[in-house]
Parts: sequence; C-alpha cells; structure tokens
Amino acid sequence: MRTLFEKVWDAHLVSDPMAAAAQADGSGQLATLELMASAPATLYVDLHLVHEVTSPQAFSELAERGLPVRRPDRTLATMDHSTPTTVAPGGGLPVIADDAAAQLRRLEENCARFGVPLIGWGDDRRGIVHVIGPELGLTQPGMTVVCGDSHTSTHGAFGALAFGIGTSEVSHVLASQCLLQRRPRTMEVRVDGTLAAGVTAKDVVLAIIAQIGIAGGAEHVIEYTGSTVRALSMEGRMTICNMSIEAGARAGMMAPDDTTFEYLAGRPFAPAGRAWDRALTRWRALRGDASALHDRSVTLDAAAIAPMITYGTNPGMSIPVDGRVPSPAGHRERAALERALAYMDLTPGEPLLGKRVDVVFIGSCTNSRLGDLREAASVFRGRHVAPNVRVLVVPGSQAVKRAAEAEGLDAVFRAAGAEWRESGCSMCLGMNDDKVGAGQYAVSTSNRNFEGRQGKGARTLLASPLTAAASAVRGAVADPRSVS
Amino acid sequence: MSLQPFGLLESAVVRLLRDDVDTDQIIPARFLTTTTRTGLGKCLFSDWRYDAQGVPRAEFALNAADPSLTRVLVAGRNFGCGSSREHAPWALLDWGFRAVIATSFADIFGNNALKNGLLTVALSDESHAELLRALDRCATSARGDTKALVRVNIAEATITVGEEFSARFEIDPFAKHCLLDGVDELGYLLAQSDAIAAFEAEMTPLVPTNGALATARPR
Repeated sequence: MRTLFEKVWDAHLVSDPMAAAAQADGSGQLATLELMASAPATLYVDLHLVHEVTSPQAFSELAERGLPVRRPDRTLATMDHSTPTTVAPGGGLPVIADDAAAQLRRLEENCARFGVPLIGWGDDRRGIVHVIGPELGLTQPGMTVVCGDSHTSTHGAFGALAFGIGTSEVSHVLASQCLLQRRPRTMEVRVDGTLAAGVTAKDVVLAIIAQIGIAGGAEHVIEYTGSTVRALSMEGRMTICNMSIEAGARAGMMAPDDTTFEYLAGRPFAPAGRAWDRALTRWRALRGDASALHDRSVTLDAAAIAPMITYGTNPGMSIPVDGRVPSPAGHRERAALERALAYMDLTPGEPLLGKRVDVVFIGSCTNSRLGDLREAASVFRGRHVAPNVRVLVVPGSQAVKRAAEAEGLDAVFRAAGAEWRESGCSMCLGMNDDKVGAGQYAVSTSNRNFEGRQGKGARTLLASPLTAAASAVRGAVADPRSVS
Repeated sequence: MSLQPFGLLESAVVRLLRDDVDTDQIIPARFLTTTTRTGLGKCLFSDWRYDAQGVPRAEFALNAADPSLTRVLVAGRNFGCGSSREHAPWALLDWGFRAVIATSFADIFGNNALKNGLLTVALSDESHAELLRALDRCATSARGDTKALVRVNIAEATITVGEEFSARFEIDPFAKHCLLDGVDELGYLLAQSDAIAAFEAEMTPLVPTNGALATARPR
C-alpha cells in the first residue's frame, strides 16, 4: 500500500543504502552495513530544468573537474529570472545591466560547451521555466523533475515528483543525472467542496498556508486530494502545487486524471501515437492506493474559503480580503507579527479593503498562464485602471503571450491602462528593471511577500488575479466579488 | 568545490533572534547575477544591515561583530525559508560563518548549507533558550566578548558554552561523515556510474521516455 509519492520515489531509486542494509541485516557484516546505511538514497532525475541564475557555478564545477553533462537529452535550459520584459527595436535583447548580461552570455556559452539544449532569448518557446516545462509537454506524470529553483514544485500538478535544488545539486544532476536524497515524509492536504464565485486556486493555496503555517510542510511532500482539487484546471492545480514551498514542503503532488491527460495531449514533447496509448495506461494507474497512509493529514472546506490576501511579510500571513489585520497582542507569533506590521506600515484591526495601492503585478510562475490572464481580463474589460496605480501584466511565456493576443486579451489590458509585457519572472523578484518602489504597496499575483522581495522597501500583498485586477481598477485593495 | 573538513569550532556568536528568516533577507535577489561563489559576504543581510545610504546600521548585531572571531550565527525557527538560492550559504560562509544554530531550518537551505560545509545545528526550543542564557551569563559586555564562546564538536555532535551549557544535537550521519572527512558528494555519486547506467538501461515503465530534448529543433 503506497502513496502517490512513494510510487514515484520507489520507481526512481538507483540505490537505497538504508533499504539494502535492512534487507541484508543478519548477514554478519553489520559494521560495514551500518556505515553504508548512513548514505542517502540515490534518486534518478528524469527532467532537469536549468536557468541563468543558479547554474553558472554548477557548470564551472563540471568544467573544473573535466566532466561532461551526463544526459543533455534530459536537460533543458532557459533564461527567465533576470531577462527584461521589454524588447529592443527589432526584437533583440534591450540593454541591461552588465552583470545580468554577462550571466545570460555565460548560460549560452555553457549550453554550447556542454551540449545542453537552450531555449534562449530569440526562441518563441521562451518563458518562465515552470510555465514552459508543462506547456511543451516535457513535464509528465510519474517523472522526477528538478530545477535550481524552489518553485519547481509547480510540476507536481502532473503527478510528477518535482522539487527545487541548490546549485551544488544542479552540478550533481548535470554530471550524474542523480541526487542524494533522504526520503521525505508525506502529508495529505484534502480540499473538498465547491469554491464560491470569485474564489480561485490562489485563494485555496493561501488558505492552506495560513492553516498549516510556512513551515507546516517541512520535511514532507504534500499530496493534494479532494473534490475541489479534482475540479480545478491544470492551471489552477499548478498554482497550488507552485506554492507548496511557501508552506515549507519539499514538493506538492496531485494524482493525474483526465484533466491532466487532456492538457498533455498533442503537446510538442508529449508522447504521441502508440507511445501515447502506452503512457496513458501507465499514467492511469498512477495514484495512491486507497488504503495507503500519509504521515499527516489536514482537510479544508472549499466553501469556507474566501478571496485571500496577505497583509504581512510571509505567505502565511493572510486573511480574507474583507478581513482585518490581526493584532500581535496575545498572538503566538507576536514578535514576528509586530515586525511585519511595522514593515508593512499597517495597524492592527485595520481593514485592507480600501487600502491605497501603488502597483499591481499580474504574472509569475504562480499566476501567469492563459487562464490567469483571462480572469484578470474579465475584470479589466470595459473598465480602466485607477490613475494612482501602475499595472504590469507579464505573461508566463511567449506562447501564453501569443495565445492571449490571439483572443484579444492584450487589447483589453492596454485599453484598461495596463502595461502588456514580454514573458519572464519580472516583478516577482525584481531581478530585472521591473521593481516596486520603496514604501509602495503592490497587490501581486506572485508567491512571496518577503521584505524587499519585489524591490528594496517594497510592500507586497499577495492575491489572486481576480483580486489584483479588481484592486487595480479600484485603486485600492478590492473584493473581486464586488467588482464582477 | 572540495569541502574543508572541520570537526571542532570555538567561536563568538552573532544573534539574529528572528523566526522565518528567508533567503531573500540573507541575500537579496539583486545580488544573484554573479557567476562565482565568492565575494557575497558584503551583501549578507544587506537590507537589514545597511540603511538607505548604504551606511551600516549600528543596531544590527552583525555590524558589531568581528568576522575574524565570529564563526557562529544564532537564529530562531525555520531559518533559510523561501528561495533555493545557494547564494545564501555562500554569503554566510564568505562573511566568515561556519555554523548556524536555530530551532529549525528550511529543507533546501539545510541541504545547501551542509553541501558547502556550513553546519546547521537544530536545538530544541528549551536548549536554544538555555544556550542564550548561558551566553548571557558568560558575556561581560554586549558585543564580541571573547568569554562568551560557543564550542561545537561535530564528531560528538555536542555544543557547549564553558561549564554553563551542554547539549547534543542531531546530525545526518552522512553529512557528518562529509563534514568530518571532507567527502565530496559528487565524487560519491559518480562512483555509482555503473548502477546509474544499469538503472538507465532498464528504466521502469513508470518513467516515460520523454523524447530527445537534445534533438529539439535548433534556433
């Protein structure tokens, strides 16, 4: 009886010293076996995604040791974190900071030298790494997917075991296609029921994090289950899995189903023909056994979830959009809350509704897919952004951009007074020119409201695309249920 | 990168007694455009450490510490949450730290730290509080007092402050082995090449053959 996670984990074990030692126990070589057993498992990686920021030192490591990339055919690089969201006349790379430009060049050089396929600046498949993996059909059920980026958990929406790694581990995967890993525990997060109008996947995951805490998933892989999850589109599922890391989890997963298969069918790197039929047979069997037990389990009632917004400086500090900022007095995290409210310049008991907003950002690997842009556009259509607000809409990929333009969403955004940009991570982490100014309030569809995340001194309020768009129109934090 | 083995550490401490210190605070994203692992110490905790004019804030404890004497940072719960950037342990190491003591660490940060020889010591809430009281008793002045030294013994997995405090901590046995003996994880993995090749030869049916990315149409 195994969980979904256990099935994918087990299928990728190259070696598991602890299991081997346990099996061989009693053979009379206990001392050696104990030493052996101290080593972590060796886990095979099916797909390794690489980007410009966390890879240069890993490639240097290989170069210094004279090692090749073991499986370039299971590796894909792209540039997304520091890339501009504007184009130079003629479509080229605009002038950017020297160090960022040098880092992009380094990625091109490394990919050429090591034979790693690169979706570079001029490639019309370019986009945020966690948007293009699924979009190209590279991310598939049952896979192990890693990337030097914590939001790799996004890919778990397909029933893949997907998690972020550091740069040392990037070098390990480049050179060996494997990682040394301790087996995490598992946690079921079950959401049942129907979401009310104006409530989206983003609100669900913010509610989950508020409930379990930002370290609530530590050392665990979360499996999301329940009728609410089943009813979500792949895009909504990706939004939830994306923010698993904001609950401290190692990864987030959802069993694949017909929604998953419909999304994957016909994608460039998805299997086709008879290979598709064979894959489908395997994928349909990929679910946790009914009696498999998780180490922990929590449940949420979808009907009780309201549109959520953060007020503090970590993603666990959220309230219903029509709620009031909590008081640190008597709070179990009093010191942290006091610091957060001081940084955010918010007062205990203050409502967020009506709070003046300077910037609205719609984008990031959390909420930049076509469905997210459609939701935002549904609010902007026939309305105009308030004069005090700057609105940036940044599609998750060039393909999302083209699809949005094909159905006229760009015209809706522009007519409303929003800026329509090229794809990239953009204002989620402010590595390019897209930043929130010091002291400014930004309603953002991204994933982190840490101090200074969107620019030094920036104050971030995380919310759904609906809430962000409603706030842009109102010029202040707004309830999407009152604008639709 | 090869690890420098170390087993014993005796050092003054810097206190950063906040919970949930995220890696964006340890090193903000604007410093991530580097292509090397070194030189990040000056950016460590940049937004907390310097004011808007770039002047060190006197009230931030790190600014009062002597990097040549201080190898240990004491933080609160869930240290290193958020982004997977390995620049966080690189910045801590470059400043001079060799160990962080907290009540818990975020998973990815903990992994990254140990792979770079930065020891993470997780103490229980009670031990953590007792450690701070012991350091207080030893200190005769608020900053950098050399009597308030913490001693970390990796082989025995103990942490002591003179006669005032002693506790054991949990350490992953493999990480301990790597730290003590300077074992290189990549070398350990590459030694498994035959097993990896055997795995690749009979990939279980659960693993899709995802088509050859390398033959993706060139641009």
